[in-house]
Amino acid sequence: MGPTEIKFGGLGGQGVILGGIIVGKAAALYDEKFSCLTQAFGPEARGSACSAQVVVDEHPIMYPYVHHPHIMVVLSQDAFVKFSPELRENGTLLIEEDLVKPTNLPKGVKVFAVPATRIAEELGKRMVLNIVMVGFFTAVTGLVSEQAAREAVKDSVPPATVELNMRAFERGLEYGKKLVAKA
Amino acid sequence: MSNANSTGVLSGNHYLDGDHACAEGAIAGGCRFAAGYPITPSTEVVERIASRFPLVGGRFQQFEDELGASIALLGGVWGGAKAMTVTSGPGFSLMMEHLGYAAITETPCVYIDVQRPGPSTGLPTAPAQGDMMQARFGSHGDFRVIALCPNSPQECFDLTFRAFNLAEEYRVPVLVMLDEVVGHMTEKVVIPTPDKLQVTPRRYTKKKPGEGFKLYEAPAGSLVPEMVKAGDGYRIHVTGLTHDERGYPAMNVPTQEKMQARLMDKLLNNVDQIVSWEEKNLAGAEVVVVSYGITSRVAEKAIQAARDQGVKVGSFRLITAWPFPEKQIKALAGKVKAFVVPELNLGQMALEVERVVGGKTKTVSVPHPGGTVHNPEVITKAILEAVR
Repeated sequence: MGPTEIKFGGLGGQGVILGGIIVGKAAALYDEKFSCLTQAFGPEARGSACSAQVVVDEHPIMYPYVHHPHIMVVLSQDAFVKFSPELRENGTLLIEEDLVKPTNLPKGVKVFAVPATRIAEELGKRMVLNIVMVGFFTAVTGLVSEQAAREAVKDSVPPATVELNMRAFERGLEYGKKLVAKA
Repeated sequence: MSNANSTGVLSGNHYLDGDHACAEGAIAGGCRFAAGYPITPSTEVVERIASRFPLVGGRFQQFEDELGASIALLGGVWGGAKAMTVTSGPGFSLMMEHLGYAAITETPCVYIDVQRPGPSTGLPTAPAQGDMMQARFGSHGDFRVIALCPNSPQECFDLTFRAFNLAEEYRVPVLVMLDEVVGHMTEKVVIPTPDKLQVTPRRYTKKKPGEGFKLYEAPAGSLVPEMVKAGDGYRIHVTGLTHDERGYPAMNVPTQEKMQARLMDKLLNNVDQIVSWEEKNLAGAEVVVVSYGITSRVAEKAIQAARDQGVKVGSFRLITAWPFPEKQIKALAGKVKAFVVPELNLGQMALEVERVVGGKTKTVSVPHPGGTVHNPEVITKAILEAVR
Protein backbone atom coordinates (compact mmCIF):
# COMPACT_ATOMS: atom_id res chain seq x y z
CA MET A 1 0.00 0.00 0.00
CA GLY A 2 2.97 2.33 0.52
CA PRO A 3 3.36 5.10 3.03
CA THR A 4 0.40 7.18 4.17
CA GLU A 5 1.26 10.83 4.66
CA ILE A 6 -0.70 12.86 7.17
CA LYS A 7 -0.55 16.52 8.09
CA PHE A 8 -2.05 18.02 11.26
CA GLY A 9 -2.47 21.78 11.25
CA GLY A 10 -3.96 24.35 13.59
CA LEU A 11 -3.09 27.17 15.94
CA GLY A 12 -0.24 26.84 18.42
CA GLY A 13 -1.93 25.93 21.72
CA GLN A 14 -4.69 23.73 20.24
CA GLY A 15 -2.71 20.57 20.87
CA VAL A 16 -2.05 19.96 17.19
CA ILE A 17 1.39 18.46 17.71
CA LEU A 18 0.17 16.18 20.50
CA GLY A 19 -2.58 14.95 18.19
CA GLY A 20 0.08 14.00 15.66
CA ILE A 21 2.23 12.35 18.31
CA ILE A 22 -0.68 10.21 19.50
CA VAL A 23 -1.49 8.98 16.00
CA GLY A 24 2.20 8.30 15.29
CA LYS A 25 2.64 6.55 18.60
CA ALA A 26 -0.49 4.42 18.09
CA ALA A 27 0.90 3.19 14.78
CA ALA A 28 4.51 2.67 15.91
CA LEU A 29 4.08 1.30 19.42
CA TYR A 30 0.68 -0.41 19.47
CA ASP A 31 -0.16 -1.38 15.87
CA GLU A 32 3.31 -2.66 15.03
CA LYS A 33 3.57 -0.43 12.01
CA PHE A 34 6.23 2.19 11.44
CA SER A 35 5.76 5.92 11.83
CA CYS A 36 7.87 9.02 11.72
CA LEU A 37 6.80 12.43 12.97
CA THR A 38 8.35 15.73 12.06
CA GLN A 39 7.04 19.12 13.04
CA ALA A 40 7.37 22.54 11.58
CA PHE A 41 9.98 23.96 13.89
CA GLY A 42 10.57 27.66 14.18
CA PRO A 43 10.46 30.71 16.43
CA GLU A 44 6.64 30.92 16.23
CA ALA A 45 4.74 30.94 19.51
CA ARG A 46 1.17 30.26 20.59
CA GLY A 47 -1.54 31.49 18.23
CA SER A 48 0.21 31.09 14.89
CA ALA A 49 -0.31 28.29 12.37
CA CYS A 50 1.64 25.19 13.36
CA SER A 51 1.79 21.70 11.98
CA ALA A 52 2.92 18.15 12.58
CA GLN A 53 3.59 15.67 9.81
CA VAL A 54 3.33 11.95 10.24
CA VAL A 55 4.23 9.17 7.84
CA VAL A 56 2.75 5.74 8.59
CA ASP A 57 3.86 2.61 6.74
CA GLU A 58 4.02 -1.18 6.98
CA HIS A 59 7.76 -0.90 6.25
CA PRO A 60 10.57 1.17 7.80
CA ILE A 61 10.30 4.78 6.69
CA MET A 62 13.36 6.30 5.13
CA TYR A 63 12.16 9.65 3.75
CA PRO A 64 10.55 11.49 6.66
CA TYR A 65 8.99 14.51 5.03
CA VAL A 66 5.38 15.01 3.95
CA HIS A 67 4.87 17.06 0.78
CA HIS A 68 1.45 15.92 -0.48
CA PRO A 69 -0.54 14.44 2.39
CA HIS A 70 -3.16 11.76 1.79
CA ILE A 71 -4.90 12.88 4.96
CA MET A 72 -5.06 16.37 6.41
CA VAL A 73 -6.48 17.34 9.79
CA VAL A 74 -7.04 21.06 10.34
CA LEU A 75 -8.28 22.85 13.41
CA SER A 76 -8.16 26.48 12.23
CA GLN A 77 -9.00 28.50 9.12
CA ASP A 78 -5.46 29.92 9.02
CA ALA A 79 -4.00 26.45 8.92
CA PHE A 80 -6.54 25.43 6.27
CA VAL A 81 -5.59 28.34 4.02
CA LYS A 82 -1.89 27.74 4.54
CA PHE A 83 -1.78 23.96 4.16
CA SER A 84 -4.78 22.79 2.07
CA PRO A 85 -3.09 23.39 -1.32
CA GLU A 86 -0.69 20.57 -0.36
CA LEU A 87 -3.51 18.03 0.00
CA ARG A 88 -3.55 15.28 -2.63
CA GLU A 89 -6.36 14.90 -5.15
CA ASN A 90 -8.88 12.39 -3.80
CA GLY A 91 -7.37 12.91 -0.35
CA THR A 92 -9.22 13.06 2.95
CA LEU A 93 -9.77 16.27 4.89
CA LEU A 94 -10.82 16.26 8.54
CA ILE A 95 -11.91 19.61 9.95
CA GLU A 96 -13.17 21.25 13.10
CA GLU A 97 -16.53 22.23 11.65
CA ASP A 98 -17.07 25.49 13.56
CA LEU A 99 -13.55 26.78 12.95
CA VAL A 100 -12.87 25.78 9.35
CA LYS A 101 -14.86 26.64 6.23
CA PRO A 102 -13.23 24.77 3.35
CA THR A 103 -13.04 26.39 -0.08
CA ASN A 104 -11.15 25.66 -3.34
CA LEU A 105 -10.28 22.08 -2.45
CA PRO A 106 -8.12 19.88 -4.68
CA LYS A 107 -10.15 17.52 -6.90
CA GLY A 108 -12.01 14.64 -5.31
CA VAL A 109 -11.23 15.50 -1.68
CA LYS A 110 -13.61 13.93 0.84
CA VAL A 111 -14.40 16.21 3.77
CA PHE A 112 -15.35 14.98 7.25
CA ALA A 113 -16.37 17.60 9.82
CA VAL A 114 -16.73 17.34 13.58
CA PRO A 115 -17.66 20.01 16.16
CA ALA A 116 -14.66 19.00 18.25
CA THR A 117 -14.56 22.21 20.30
CA ARG A 118 -18.27 21.99 21.21
CA ILE A 119 -17.89 18.35 22.21
CA ALA A 120 -14.87 19.22 24.32
CA GLU A 121 -16.81 22.05 25.98
CA GLU A 122 -19.64 19.64 26.79
CA LEU A 123 -17.04 17.48 28.53
CA GLY A 124 -16.02 20.50 30.59
CA LYS A 125 -12.67 21.33 29.04
CA ARG A 126 -12.13 22.93 25.67
CA MET A 127 -8.49 21.82 25.82
CA VAL A 128 -9.36 18.23 24.93
CA LEU A 129 -10.60 19.15 21.45
CA ASN A 130 -7.45 17.61 20.01
CA ILE A 131 -8.24 14.28 21.61
CA VAL A 132 -11.81 14.43 20.26
CA MET A 133 -10.14 14.93 16.90
CA VAL A 134 -7.87 11.90 17.44
CA GLY A 135 -10.97 9.76 18.14
CA PHE A 136 -12.65 11.17 15.04
CA PHE A 137 -9.50 10.51 13.00
CA THR A 138 -9.39 6.90 14.19
CA ALA A 139 -13.01 6.25 13.16
CA VAL A 140 -12.87 8.03 9.81
CA THR A 141 -9.48 6.93 8.49
CA GLY A 142 -9.07 3.49 10.06
CA LEU A 143 -5.33 4.10 9.75
CA VAL A 144 -4.70 3.15 13.37
CA SER A 145 -6.73 0.61 15.34
CA GLU A 146 -9.11 1.80 18.06
CA GLN A 147 -7.21 -0.11 20.72
CA ALA A 148 -3.87 1.28 19.63
CA ALA A 149 -5.24 4.82 19.63
CA ARG A 150 -6.70 4.33 23.13
CA GLU A 151 -3.36 3.09 24.45
CA ALA A 152 -1.54 5.97 22.81
CA VAL A 153 -3.91 8.56 24.31
CA LYS A 154 -3.49 7.05 27.79
CA ASP A 155 0.23 7.06 27.36
CA SER A 156 0.51 10.65 26.16
CA VAL A 157 -1.65 12.79 28.47
CA PRO A 158 -0.94 13.80 32.08
CA PRO A 159 -2.00 10.95 34.44
CA ALA A 160 -4.61 13.09 36.24
CA THR A 161 -6.42 13.81 32.96
CA VAL A 162 -6.57 10.28 31.52
CA GLU A 163 -10.25 9.78 32.29
CA LEU A 164 -11.34 13.07 30.74
CA ASN A 165 -9.18 12.46 27.69
CA MET A 166 -10.52 8.94 27.23
CA ARG A 167 -14.06 10.33 27.25
CA ALA A 168 -13.03 12.90 24.68
CA PHE A 169 -11.52 10.16 22.54
CA GLU A 170 -14.65 7.98 22.73
CA ARG A 171 -16.93 10.91 21.83
CA GLY A 172 -14.84 11.74 18.76
CA LEU A 173 -14.72 8.07 17.78
CA GLU A 174 -18.47 7.66 18.14
CA TYR A 175 -19.18 10.82 16.11
CA GLY A 176 -16.85 9.62 13.37
CA LYS A 177 -18.38 6.15 13.22
CA LYS A 178 -21.88 7.59 12.81
CA LEU A 179 -20.70 9.92 10.07
CA VAL A 180 -18.98 7.10 8.19
CA ALA A 181 -22.07 4.87 8.52
CA LYS A 182 -24.19 7.63 6.97
CA ALA A 183 -21.74 8.29 4.12
CA MET B 1 32.16 -4.45 30.82
CA SER B 2 29.32 -4.42 33.31
CA ASN B 3 25.53 -4.12 33.17
CA ALA B 4 24.12 -0.61 32.93
CA ASN B 5 22.90 0.91 36.18
CA SER B 6 19.23 -0.04 36.11
CA THR B 7 18.03 3.18 37.77
CA GLY B 8 19.02 5.09 34.67
CA VAL B 9 17.53 2.83 32.03
CA LEU B 10 13.95 3.32 30.81
CA SER B 11 13.69 -0.15 29.27
CA GLY B 12 10.79 -0.53 26.87
CA ASN B 13 9.29 0.96 23.74
CA HIS B 14 9.08 4.72 23.47
CA TYR B 15 8.05 7.32 20.92
CA LEU B 16 10.90 9.81 21.21
CA ASP B 17 12.58 12.50 19.21
CA GLY B 18 16.29 12.22 18.51
CA ASP B 19 17.32 14.81 21.09
CA HIS B 20 15.43 13.02 23.87
CA ALA B 21 16.79 9.68 22.72
CA CYS B 22 20.32 11.10 22.99
CA ALA B 23 19.61 12.08 26.58
CA GLU B 24 18.37 8.56 27.38
CA GLY B 25 21.38 6.99 25.66
CA ALA B 26 23.67 9.15 27.78
CA ILE B 27 21.89 8.25 31.02
CA ALA B 28 21.96 4.53 30.15
CA GLY B 29 25.64 4.89 29.28
CA GLY B 30 26.35 6.11 32.79
CA CYS B 31 26.44 9.88 32.27
CA ARG B 32 25.79 11.63 35.57
CA PHE B 33 27.17 15.09 34.90
CA ALA B 34 26.15 17.36 32.04
CA ALA B 35 27.32 20.89 31.55
CA GLY B 36 25.60 23.00 28.97
CA TYR B 37 24.63 26.31 27.54
CA PRO B 38 21.36 25.42 25.81
CA ILE B 39 21.16 26.25 22.13
CA THR B 40 18.70 25.43 19.35
CA PRO B 41 18.32 22.77 18.00
CA SER B 42 20.01 20.83 20.81
CA THR B 43 18.02 22.31 23.71
CA GLU B 44 15.70 19.31 24.06
CA VAL B 45 18.68 17.10 24.94
CA VAL B 46 19.49 19.14 28.04
CA GLU B 47 15.81 19.71 28.86
CA ARG B 48 15.40 15.96 29.10
CA ILE B 49 18.67 15.61 31.03
CA ALA B 50 17.66 18.37 33.44
CA SER B 51 14.32 16.70 34.21
CA ARG B 52 15.69 13.14 34.39
CA PHE B 53 18.98 13.65 36.26
CA PRO B 54 17.43 14.40 39.67
CA LEU B 55 15.79 10.95 39.48
CA VAL B 56 19.03 9.09 38.77
CA GLY B 57 21.52 10.96 40.94
CA GLY B 58 22.97 13.06 38.16
CA ARG B 59 23.70 16.74 38.00
CA PHE B 60 23.01 19.11 35.16
CA GLN B 61 24.46 22.55 35.32
CA GLN B 62 23.85 25.43 32.98
CA PHE B 63 26.90 27.65 32.57
CA GLU B 64 27.41 31.24 31.54
CA ASP B 65 28.54 30.20 28.08
CA GLU B 66 29.94 27.30 26.07
CA LEU B 67 33.48 27.93 27.29
CA GLY B 68 32.31 27.43 30.86
CA ALA B 69 30.31 24.36 29.92
CA SER B 70 33.07 22.67 27.95
CA ILE B 71 35.71 23.10 30.64
CA ALA B 72 33.31 22.12 33.44
CA LEU B 73 32.70 18.95 31.44
CA LEU B 74 36.37 18.06 31.79
CA GLY B 75 36.42 18.95 35.48
CA GLY B 76 33.43 16.68 36.00
CA VAL B 77 35.28 13.79 34.39
CA TRP B 78 38.41 14.25 36.51
CA GLY B 79 36.12 14.44 39.52
CA GLY B 80 34.93 10.93 38.70
CA ALA B 81 31.76 11.35 36.62
CA LYS B 82 30.96 10.23 33.13
CA ALA B 83 30.03 13.50 31.52
CA MET B 84 28.91 15.28 28.40
CA THR B 85 28.10 18.64 26.96
CA VAL B 86 25.51 19.43 24.32
CA THR B 87 25.58 22.19 21.73
CA SER B 88 25.12 23.33 18.14
CA GLY B 89 27.49 25.01 15.68
CA PRO B 90 28.07 28.39 17.35
CA GLY B 91 28.71 26.70 20.69
CA PHE B 92 30.74 23.96 19.07
CA SER B 93 33.08 26.63 17.69
CA LEU B 94 33.59 28.07 21.17
CA MET B 95 34.31 24.61 22.55
CA MET B 96 37.16 23.87 20.17
CA GLU B 97 39.90 24.98 22.55
CA HIS B 98 38.70 22.57 25.21
CA LEU B 99 38.26 19.78 22.70
CA GLY B 100 42.01 19.94 22.12
CA TYR B 101 42.58 20.09 25.86
CA ALA B 102 40.42 16.96 26.28
CA ALA B 103 42.50 15.22 23.61
CA ILE B 104 45.92 16.05 25.09
CA THR B 105 44.83 15.33 28.68
CA GLU B 106 43.09 12.13 27.49
CA THR B 107 39.88 13.03 29.23
CA PRO B 108 37.11 10.58 28.30
CA CYS B 109 34.11 12.75 27.46
CA VAL B 110 31.20 13.14 25.08
CA TYR B 111 30.13 16.14 23.02
CA ILE B 112 26.76 16.19 21.30
CA ASP B 113 26.50 18.60 18.38
CA VAL B 114 23.06 19.01 16.80
CA GLN B 115 24.09 20.70 13.59
CA ARG B 116 22.38 23.75 12.09
CA PRO B 117 23.47 25.82 9.08
CA GLY B 118 26.31 28.28 9.47
CA PRO B 119 28.64 29.96 9.34
CA SER B 120 28.16 31.79 12.61
CA THR B 121 24.60 31.83 13.97
CA GLY B 122 23.25 30.93 10.51
CA LEU B 123 19.80 29.32 10.57
CA PRO B 124 19.11 28.27 14.16
CA THR B 125 16.03 26.12 13.57
CA ALA B 126 17.10 24.27 10.43
CA PRO B 127 19.25 21.24 9.56
CA ALA B 128 22.84 21.12 8.30
CA GLN B 129 25.87 18.87 8.38
CA GLY B 130 28.45 21.60 8.18
CA ASP B 131 30.51 20.78 11.27
CA MET B 132 31.99 17.52 10.01
CA MET B 133 35.45 18.84 9.22
CA GLN B 134 35.38 21.02 12.32
CA ALA B 135 34.82 17.85 14.35
CA ARG B 136 38.02 16.43 12.91
CA PHE B 137 40.22 19.50 12.61
CA GLY B 138 38.52 22.26 14.63
CA SER B 139 41.02 22.47 17.45
CA HIS B 140 44.62 23.36 16.70
CA GLY B 141 47.44 20.87 16.42
CA ASP B 142 47.16 17.20 15.53
CA PHE B 143 44.64 15.23 17.48
CA ARG B 144 42.13 12.46 16.91
CA VAL B 145 38.52 12.12 17.94
CA ILE B 146 35.75 9.64 17.32
CA ALA B 147 32.67 11.11 15.63
CA LEU B 148 29.39 9.21 15.23
CA CYS B 149 26.48 10.11 12.93
CA PRO B 150 23.04 8.78 13.90
CA ASN B 151 20.27 8.81 11.27
CA SER B 152 17.29 8.03 13.52
CA PRO B 153 16.12 8.53 17.09
CA GLN B 154 16.92 4.85 17.75
CA GLU B 155 20.49 5.44 16.65
CA CYS B 156 20.62 8.61 18.75
CA PHE B 157 20.07 6.34 21.73
CA ASP B 158 22.38 3.57 20.54
CA LEU B 159 25.26 5.77 19.44
CA THR B 160 25.19 8.12 22.42
CA PHE B 161 25.29 5.02 24.62
CA ARG B 162 28.22 3.71 22.58
CA ALA B 163 29.94 7.11 22.71
CA PHE B 164 30.34 6.81 26.47
CA ASN B 165 31.89 3.35 26.11
CA LEU B 166 34.26 4.46 23.36
CA ALA B 167 35.32 7.48 25.42
CA GLU B 168 36.36 5.20 28.30
CA GLU B 169 37.95 2.56 26.08
CA TYR B 170 40.29 4.98 24.31
CA ARG B 171 40.24 8.03 26.58
CA VAL B 172 39.33 10.39 23.77
CA PRO B 173 36.58 12.95 23.20
CA VAL B 174 33.71 11.29 21.35
CA LEU B 175 31.41 13.49 19.28
CA VAL B 176 27.84 12.59 18.45
CA MET B 177 27.02 14.57 15.31
CA LEU B 178 23.27 14.92 14.83
CA ASP B 179 21.51 17.26 12.45
CA GLU B 180 18.36 19.23 13.24
CA VAL B 181 16.04 16.79 11.45
CA VAL B 182 17.32 13.72 13.25
CA GLY B 183 17.29 15.68 16.51
CA HIS B 184 13.66 16.68 16.13
CA MET B 185 12.07 13.74 14.34
CA THR B 186 10.04 11.36 16.47
CA GLU B 187 10.06 7.59 15.98
CA LYS B 188 9.89 4.38 17.94
CA VAL B 189 12.91 3.91 20.19
CA VAL B 190 13.50 0.59 21.91
CA ILE B 191 15.54 0.86 25.08
CA PRO B 192 16.94 -2.57 26.02
CA THR B 193 17.02 -4.01 29.52
CA PRO B 194 20.15 -3.18 31.57
CA ASP B 195 21.63 -6.67 31.09
CA LYS B 196 21.66 -6.04 27.33
CA LEU B 197 23.47 -2.71 27.78
CA GLN B 198 27.10 -3.42 28.53
CA VAL B 199 28.87 -0.41 29.96
CA THR B 200 32.63 0.15 29.88
CA PRO B 201 33.60 1.35 33.35
CA ARG B 202 36.33 3.91 33.84
CA ARG B 203 39.66 2.15 34.24
CA TYR B 204 41.23 3.33 37.46
CA THR B 205 44.70 2.33 38.60
CA LYS B 206 44.99 -0.40 41.23
CA LYS B 207 48.06 1.31 42.67
CA LYS B 208 47.49 3.21 45.87
CA PRO B 209 48.69 6.79 46.39
CA GLY B 210 52.45 6.77 46.93
CA GLU B 211 52.97 3.48 45.05
CA GLY B 212 54.54 5.12 42.01
CA PHE B 213 51.45 5.65 39.86
CA LYS B 214 52.26 7.62 36.73
CA LEU B 215 49.34 9.48 35.19
CA TYR B 216 50.31 8.98 31.54
CA GLU B 217 52.05 5.63 31.64
CA ALA B 218 50.04 3.06 29.71
CA PRO B 219 49.99 -0.44 31.22
CA ALA B 220 52.01 -3.09 29.35
CA GLY B 221 50.27 -4.14 26.16
CA SER B 222 48.03 -1.06 26.08
CA LEU B 223 48.33 2.46 24.75
CA VAL B 224 45.70 3.86 27.10
CA PRO B 225 46.80 4.91 30.60
CA GLU B 226 44.69 4.29 33.68
CA MET B 227 43.04 7.13 35.56
CA VAL B 228 42.71 8.39 39.09
CA LYS B 229 40.04 10.59 40.56
CA ALA B 230 40.60 14.01 42.06
CA GLY B 231 40.32 13.81 45.82
CA ASP B 232 41.53 10.22 46.17
CA GLY B 233 44.93 11.28 47.47
CA TYR B 234 47.09 11.03 44.37
CA ARG B 235 49.41 13.89 43.52
CA ILE B 236 48.70 14.46 39.87
CA HIS B 237 49.31 17.15 37.31
CA VAL B 238 46.92 17.51 34.38
CA THR B 239 48.12 19.96 31.78
CA GLY B 240 47.59 21.05 28.22
CA LEU B 241 51.34 21.44 27.81
CA THR B 242 53.32 18.62 26.26
CA HIS B 243 53.92 16.28 29.18
CA ASP B 244 55.87 13.18 30.16
CA GLU B 245 54.51 9.97 31.69
CA ARG B 246 54.21 11.65 35.08
CA GLY B 247 52.07 14.37 33.56
CA TYR B 248 54.69 17.06 34.12
CA PRO B 249 55.37 19.58 31.37
CA ALA B 250 58.42 18.52 29.39
CA MET B 251 58.85 20.94 26.57
CA ASN B 252 61.22 19.17 24.28
CA VAL B 253 61.01 17.38 20.97
CA PRO B 254 61.47 13.78 22.16
CA THR B 255 58.59 14.12 24.64
CA GLN B 256 56.36 15.71 22.00
CA GLU B 257 57.19 12.93 19.55
CA LYS B 258 56.57 10.17 22.07
CA MET B 259 53.34 11.68 23.42
CA GLN B 260 51.89 12.39 19.99
CA ALA B 261 52.82 8.96 18.67
CA ARG B 262 50.91 7.28 21.46
CA LEU B 263 47.92 9.64 21.16
CA MET B 264 47.65 8.84 17.44
CA ASP B 265 48.37 5.11 17.75
CA LYS B 266 45.84 4.44 20.47
CA LEU B 267 43.13 5.20 17.90
CA LEU B 268 44.82 4.30 14.62
CA ASN B 269 45.83 0.84 15.87
CA ASN B 270 42.23 0.17 16.81
CA VAL B 271 40.41 1.58 13.81
CA ASP B 272 38.90 -1.82 12.94
CA GLN B 273 37.25 -2.01 16.36
CA ILE B 274 35.91 1.54 16.09
CA VAL B 275 34.66 2.10 12.54
CA SER B 276 31.10 1.22 11.71
CA TRP B 277 29.03 1.67 8.60
CA GLU B 278 25.98 0.27 6.87
CA GLU B 279 26.22 -0.98 3.30
CA LYS B 280 23.51 -2.01 0.84
CA ASN B 281 23.72 -3.50 -2.65
CA LEU B 282 27.45 -3.00 -3.06
CA ALA B 283 27.95 -6.22 -5.05
CA GLY B 284 28.08 -5.25 -8.72
CA ALA B 285 27.29 -1.60 -8.02
CA GLU B 286 28.21 0.94 -10.71
CA VAL B 287 27.71 3.88 -8.39
CA VAL B 288 27.99 4.03 -4.60
CA VAL B 289 26.24 6.77 -2.68
CA VAL B 290 28.16 7.71 0.46
CA SER B 291 26.03 9.56 3.00
CA TYR B 292 25.30 9.95 6.69
CA GLY B 293 22.71 11.34 9.10
CA ILE B 294 19.42 12.55 7.66
CA THR B 295 20.92 12.73 4.18
CA SER B 296 21.28 8.93 4.13
CA ARG B 297 17.49 8.65 4.46
CA VAL B 298 16.80 11.21 1.76
CA ALA B 299 19.36 9.49 -0.47
CA GLU B 300 17.48 6.22 -0.09
CA LYS B 301 14.59 7.70 -2.08
CA ALA B 302 17.00 8.91 -4.76
CA ILE B 303 18.74 5.54 -4.93
CA GLN B 304 15.41 3.78 -5.39
CA ALA B 305 14.49 6.13 -8.24
CA ALA B 306 17.85 5.48 -9.96
CA ARG B 307 17.52 1.71 -9.49
CA ASP B 308 14.05 1.92 -11.04
CA GLN B 309 15.80 3.35 -14.11
CA GLY B 310 18.12 0.36 -14.26
CA VAL B 311 21.25 1.83 -12.66
CA LYS B 312 23.09 -0.43 -10.24
CA VAL B 313 23.43 1.82 -7.20
CA GLY B 314 24.80 0.76 -3.85
CA SER B 315 24.90 2.73 -0.65
CA PHE B 316 27.51 3.17 2.01
CA ARG B 317 26.33 4.95 5.14
CA LEU B 318 28.93 6.39 7.48
CA ILE B 319 28.08 5.61 11.10
CA THR B 320 31.54 6.67 12.22
CA ALA B 321 32.59 9.70 10.23
CA TRP B 322 35.87 9.77 12.22
CA PRO B 323 37.78 7.54 12.09
CA PHE B 324 36.71 7.39 8.45
CA PRO B 325 36.08 3.85 7.12
CA GLU B 326 39.07 4.25 4.86
CA LYS B 327 39.82 0.58 4.20
CA GLN B 328 36.22 -0.13 3.20
CA ILE B 329 35.96 2.79 0.76
CA LYS B 330 39.40 2.05 -0.67
CA ALA B 331 38.29 -1.51 -1.41
CA LEU B 332 35.53 -0.15 -3.66
CA ALA B 333 37.75 2.36 -5.46
CA GLY B 334 38.54 1.30 -9.01
CA LYS B 335 35.65 -1.18 -8.96
CA VAL B 336 32.83 1.34 -9.27
CA LYS B 337 32.36 4.16 -11.76
CA ALA B 338 31.69 6.85 -9.19
CA PHE B 339 31.08 7.75 -5.59
CA VAL B 340 28.22 10.20 -5.14
CA VAL B 341 28.37 12.11 -1.86
CA PRO B 342 25.29 14.16 -0.92
CA GLU B 343 25.60 16.11 2.33
CA LEU B 344 24.11 19.23 3.92
CA ASN B 345 27.26 21.27 3.45
CA LEU B 346 29.23 22.48 0.46
CA GLY B 347 31.39 19.37 0.26
CA GLN B 348 33.16 18.13 3.39
CA MET B 349 33.09 14.35 3.72
CA ALA B 350 33.24 14.32 -0.09
CA LEU B 351 36.81 15.59 0.31
CA GLU B 352 37.65 12.63 2.51
CA VAL B 353 36.10 10.19 0.04
CA GLU B 354 38.09 11.81 -2.75
CA ARG B 355 41.30 11.61 -0.73
CA VAL B 356 40.84 7.95 0.12
CA VAL B 357 39.82 6.99 -3.41
CA GLY B 358 43.02 8.61 -4.68
CA GLY B 359 41.84 9.25 -8.23
CA LYS B 360 40.93 5.62 -8.94
CA THR B 361 37.25 6.50 -9.23
CA LYS B 362 35.59 9.85 -9.63
CA THR B 363 33.93 11.44 -6.60
CA VAL B 364 30.83 13.54 -7.21
CA SER B 365 29.92 15.96 -4.43
CA VAL B 366 26.21 16.83 -4.16
CA PRO B 367 26.39 19.89 -1.94
CA HIS B 368 23.57 21.69 -0.16
CA PRO B 369 23.97 24.83 1.97
CA GLY B 370 21.54 23.46 4.60
CA GLY B 371 18.25 24.87 5.84
CA THR B 372 16.33 21.86 4.58
CA VAL B 373 17.22 18.48 3.13
CA HIS B 374 18.10 17.71 -0.51
CA ASN B 375 15.39 17.31 -3.06
CA PRO B 376 15.89 13.57 -3.74
CA GLU B 377 15.61 14.27 -7.50
CA VAL B 378 18.85 16.25 -7.35
CA ILE B 379 20.65 13.23 -5.95
CA THR B 380 19.02 10.92 -8.52
CA LYS B 381 20.21 13.23 -11.29
CA ALA B 382 23.77 13.16 -9.92
CA ILE B 383 23.66 9.34 -9.85
CA LEU B 384 22.38 9.12 -13.43
CA GLU B 385 24.98 11.59 -14.69
CA ALA B 386 27.75 9.78 -12.84
CA VAL B 387 27.17 6.51 -14.74
CA ARG B 388 26.98 8.16 -18.12
